[in-house]
Amino acid sequence: MTDVYRELGDHIAAALGDAVLRTEVVLGELMVYVPASRLERVLGFLRDDAKCQFKMLVDVCGVDYPDRAARFDVVYNLLSLTKNQRCRVKVAIGEDDAVPSAVEIYPAAGWFEREAYDMYGIFFDGNPDLRRILTDYGFEGHPFRKDFPLTGYVEVRYDETQKRVIYEPVKLVQEFRSFDFLSPWEGMLQPRPVLPGDEKAGEAGAPAGKTN
Amino acid sequence: MAETHIKPMTMNFGPQHPAAHGVLRMVMEMDGEVVRRVDPHIGLLHRGTEKLIEYKTYTQAIPYFDRLDYVSPMCQEHAFVLAVEKLLGLEVPLRGQYIRVMFDEITRILNHLLNIPAYAMDVGAITPFLWVFEQRELLMEFYERVSGARLHAAYYRPGGVHQDLPAGLLDDLWAWSEKFPKVVDDMEGLLTNNRIFKQRLVDVCPVTAEDAIAWGFTGPVLRASGVPWDLRKSQPYMVYDRMEFDIPVGKHGDCYDRYLVRVAEMRESLKIVQQCIKQMPGGPASSTDHKVMPPSRGEMKHSMEALIHHFKLYTEGYHVPAGETYTAVEAPKGEFGVYLVSDGTNKPHRCKIRAPGFPHLQAMDFLCKGYMLADSVAILGSLDIVFGEIDR
Repeated sequence: MTDVYRELGDHIAAALGDAVLRTEVVLGELMVYVPASRLERVLGFLRDDAKCQFKMLVDVCGVDYPDRAARFDVVYNLLSLTKNQRCRVKVAIGEDDAVPSAVEIYPAAGWFEREAYDMYGIFFDGNPDLRRILTDYGFEGHPFRKDFPLTGYVEVRYDETQKRVIYEPVKLVQEFRSFDFLSPWEGMLQPRPVLPGDEKAGEAGAPAGKTN
Repeated sequence: MAETHIKPMTMNFGPQHPAAHGVLRMVMEMDGEVVRRVDPHIGLLHRGTEKLIEYKTYTQAIPYFDRLDYVSPMCQEHAFVLAVEKLLGLEVPLRGQYIRVMFDEITRILNHLLNIPAYAMDVGAITPFLWVFEQRELLMEFYERVSGARLHAAYYRPGGVHQDLPAGLLDDLWAWSEKFPKVVDDMEGLLTNNRIFKQRLVDVCPVTAEDAIAWGFTGPVLRASGVPWDLRKSQPYMVYDRMEFDIPVGKHGDCYDRYLVRVAEMRESLKIVQQCIKQMPGGPASSTDHKVMPPSRGEMKHSMEALIHHFKLYTEGYHVPAGETYTAVEAPKGEFGVYLVSDGTNKPHRCKIRAPGFPHLQAMDFLCKGYMLADSVAILGSLDIVFGEIDR
């Protein structure tokens, strides 16, 4: 399957020229990296080209990489029923940029884009109905961003005196616990990640021989 | 008399309506009895599963998958477990593969046993629901015997299953499987040629194959439109390529076809369950790589190393190599996929869950337009909507 995908990736890259940044096959899955401005061209090609035939948009989702300059990845998972192949289109964008909507090409994109907007605050230019979808009416913030706390900011309860549901700042009975179990066990992989405490090893005045 | 223009009425369907299958709120614009526009409001059951998973180790993430589509738990675990196995490059022993396929198909029967009679109840028939729920209880007993829980099993683990089958389970399952076709026959006797049932379903909302593909339909809804697409055949995982079964396909793509496809699928699933019982090989049920799969309790009583493995696996967990994968299984409702991004630590960086019901429900506006209010209930029921997976 990997060879088939490599060939297909070369075909896509050759046909689309500078609309494709690069293609790669990892773990037997084809990935196509695309600049946001050329997304519609690429998706249209992938849908209609005789060798691609990716007629079904399976999924659209956002991924947050807070350390990167272009913070978000928008990932489109495509499926070809006739060729029995899958393809993943990835677009990297910054916090303030917009991605062209795929609704014109795949009607199924509508809600997936609404979800990505709701969860990450990614704008989809041309989506006719870019409202929040999963969060509460009047919700503020984008909860799946890595800098949004897991507990959120507000909680709701029914207030007996006001006879309605009210919002209050989150009060935690117990402090939020995020255990850090990372350790240099055998499962640790290369390149070795930086562990808490590692920075002390190189510090001036660190006692020799006690670096771990 | 002069013609008067009647302003379209906006109506709320749900979220407490029994035919709304949980917590769906649909804002419908009605022109008399005719639906002009549907705007489903979802998210009332949103729990942020995907975010929670980012804060849990890979093992701790498995139980969340039971709670998505709570009528077909094990199939969803399967998608996640396959994704983790792909990133780890982990092999599942043959017995484990058979056990998984067997329970996938039990799960499919469980799901259709809920959907079909609940659907019948939506359109006015109560008896099938009562008859069929007994069978669901019997099947959930098998769940309980392998995992200890009737619904939220958390039975599949990366590398295999949590524990091997208990003694006698296969014999009991076989005994059940011989009686089950009679139940399907009885249920079909009540519904398939029932005049009222057919009046509500036949020719309601036919979907063409092109539309179904464009809207991202999968599973029985896609197959009812005449597309022979099933991941168990086209991209087989585990030992599905060793099984003999057929893919039922509809002709018209209407509500009635979707019902018929599900009934036929139950019979095919039963075939697979029986083949699994007959072919069930011996050997270990899960991987013996104790860097991923915890050792047995017995081993821990006398082996120091086993004890260490157990401790590390249940605190730190295992590290999954950096990478990403989209892995999908044929869940009873359609393609259930997990897009898993690992950054090389013991917790996923991102775990997007692709629920089959999400695109199905999205198309409600497209499907219901121009149909009567009562038809919208029939259409909704035929899509097999469960909110646990749509809202996540």
